[in-house]
Amino acid sequence: MEAFTTHTGRAVPLRRSNVDTDQIIPAHWLKKVTRDGFEDGLFEAWRKDPGFVLNQPRHAGGTVLVAGPDFGTGSSREHAVWALQNYGFKAVISPRFADIFRGNSLKNGLLTVVLPQETVEQLWNLAEGDPQAPVTVDLEQRKVLADGIDVDFDLDENARWRLLNGLDDISLTLKNETAIADYEARRPSFTPRTQAA
Amino acid sequence: MARTLAEKVWDDHVVRRAEGEPDLLFIDLHLLHEVTSPQAFDGLRKNGRRVRRTDLTLATEDHNTPTTDIDKPIADPVSRTQLETLRKNCADFGVRLHPLGDVEQGVVHVVGPQLGLTQPGTTVVCGDSHTSTHGAFGALAFGIGTSQVEHVLATQTLPLAPFRTMAVTVEGELPEDVTAKDLILAVIARIGTGGGQGYVIEYRGAAVEKLSMEARMTICNMSIEAGARAGMIAPDETTFTYLEGRDHAPDGADWDAAVEYWKTLRTDDEAVFDHEVVIDAAELAPFVTWGTNPGQGAPLGQAVPDPSSFADAGSRYAAEKALEYMGLTAGQPLREIPVDTVFVGSCTNGRIEDLRAAASVLAGREVAEGVRMLVVPGSVRVSLQAVEEGLDRVFTAAGAEWRHAGCSMCLGMNPDQLKPGERAASTSNRNFEGRQGKGGRTHLVSPQVAAATAVLGRLASPADLADVPTLVEA
Ligand code: SF4
Repeated sequence: MEAFTTHTGRAVPLRRSNVDTDQIIPAHWLKKVTRDGFEDGLFEAWRKDPGFVLNQPRHAGGTVLVAGPDFGTGSSREHAVWALQNYGFKAVISPRFADIFRGNSLKNGLLTVVLPQETVEQLWNLAEGDPQAPVTVDLEQRKVLADGIDVDFDLDENARWRLLNGLDDISLTLKNETAIADYEARRPSFTPRTQAA
Repeated sequence: MARTLAEKVWDDHVVRRAEGEPDLLFIDLHLLHEVTSPQAFDGLRKNGRRVRRTDLTLATEDHNTPTTDIDKPIADPVSRTQLETLRKNCADFGVRLHPLGDVEQGVVHVVGPQLGLTQPGTTVVCGDSHTSTHGAFGALAFGIGTSQVEHVLATQTLPLAPFRTMAVTVEGELPEDVTAKDLILAVIARIGTGGGQGYVIEYRGAAVEKLSMEARMTICNMSIEAGARAGMIAPDETTFTYLEGRDHAPDGADWDAAVEYWKTLRTDDEAVFDHEVVIDAAELAPFVTWGTNPGQGAPLGQAVPDPSSFADAGSRYAAEKALEYMGLTAGQPLREIPVDTVFVGSCTNGRIEDLRAAASVLAGREVAEGVRMLVVPGSVRVSLQAVEEGLDRVFTAAGAEWRHAGCSMCLGMNPDQLKPGERAASTSNRNFEGRQGKGGRTHLVSPQVAAATAVLGRLASPADLADVPTLVEA
């Protein structure tokens, strides 16, 4: 996984709540068997509208997506995270994320930042007024900084540590081989098996 | 200390607990399908890893599979590639697979329970958000992303952040025409699509205890639509009866030991939930959605709400957008909304009981002129059972299409899709924009409402059919 320490870029204001994963990447894109090439599928239906924020030249090249509450609801498709990353986003800010989406993001090094609705509105106004305004998402200090904005955000220490160091969860878990094998040895005999081991 | 059901199952699966780290949990059952697994197998290959427990892993093909002409090659080359990739991955890594054409094939969340693999007190994961379905057995079951799929394949464990507990207690008795689907739609409308976020919801109370396993699965299935991590129902005699004798259920002394353990899987009387919601079953009625998220629903007797009636600005804006997309106007009675498509199926309502319910409404009646009705069993086993009971003939006699098992129009990854502007009454779980096909409009309903809607060509409940004579004896 790519490490995330701090990132400065321009914000893209997505004034919508309940942005579900079917909107982020529609189902027909999920037939791909790779992790890349999803950028054209990102918000595919909404991008048909020339007025959609991603189609506005003034917001081109933005890397911090700022959305309303309940971003990433719906399906578990990690393709939603890949699509945002393939398109160039490094961080997403929202007052509330769906659990699975948030977990998927953190595993891929896409930082999800929970900020209060007021700050989200401030960021929307800032980016709409001046699309070039820089926004910094600093994971080391756990802060979002922009013109007139200096707010702290929460992220649990363990997730932060893994992100800062770009650590691969599987390697970390495999260090606990003994604990896993011990657990396996104590499982009751009535637990189901799909086939002989 | 007194614990809830979810906490008990969690505690029994902790492989490793350390200060400042998420608990490492053991996974008893890992289900796979073609859509969310290819990149995970790729990751294993890249790192030279194997599947740690092929005996706790099972794959089915469901999302891309066609529901007609299943003996012919799949027309869409991309869908075909994805299925072939799953077949190759399962063969290479020794994973048991039920491919298209196999008698155990079907939607992953229908297959696990019917094989008896989903058992009380187990942890079940799948790269699919509706894994919450399996919570109906008192399992802790949740959807995971592809990185986590790879993690479980490699380690049979997952590091998991702690959850909060919510009780949804449904008191009293459900009125006769109210189903599990109506109940869960009402719950989601009440707590909102983000209301369950971070929680494992336990459904309890007299009305829940009376429900069949199928109905319990319908409820737990849609927990994710309230944003919850998982939904659970304490196992009881109904659960044990459902499981006994199934292919992978324990037998002999193991069965007795299992039941003894399963009986301990109840929330302790003194246990405290982080949040509680109480619902009076008697107040519920057939429920349908009018918007583009599952929380935007109302009793069928009501009208499309006026967006300005929502207090909070976000909901108001969301409702305006939804009505625009759905082509509806505020104040329009829900019963007057015409549909051109009816879909009965999915992991929410594609089980035998759901098909029986739809067939009982449709028996001797006809699908309205101009309405296309698709009936898609959740699995091949369900399909065979339905044929044995003659349900397929009820559907075809009424003019509905009887299809092969799979996810089908629930998400339209195969050719079963809505065209732009088409409107469906669907027994599935998501009414998101474009979910059932680009520009398609979805109203989520129960199987009974779906069948009545098919007959009248507008949103309707079986009670509305009182004046429609049955043509032939069923
Ligand atoms: S039936 Fe629908 S919700 Fe269920 S697994 Fe298939 S696509 Fe997902």
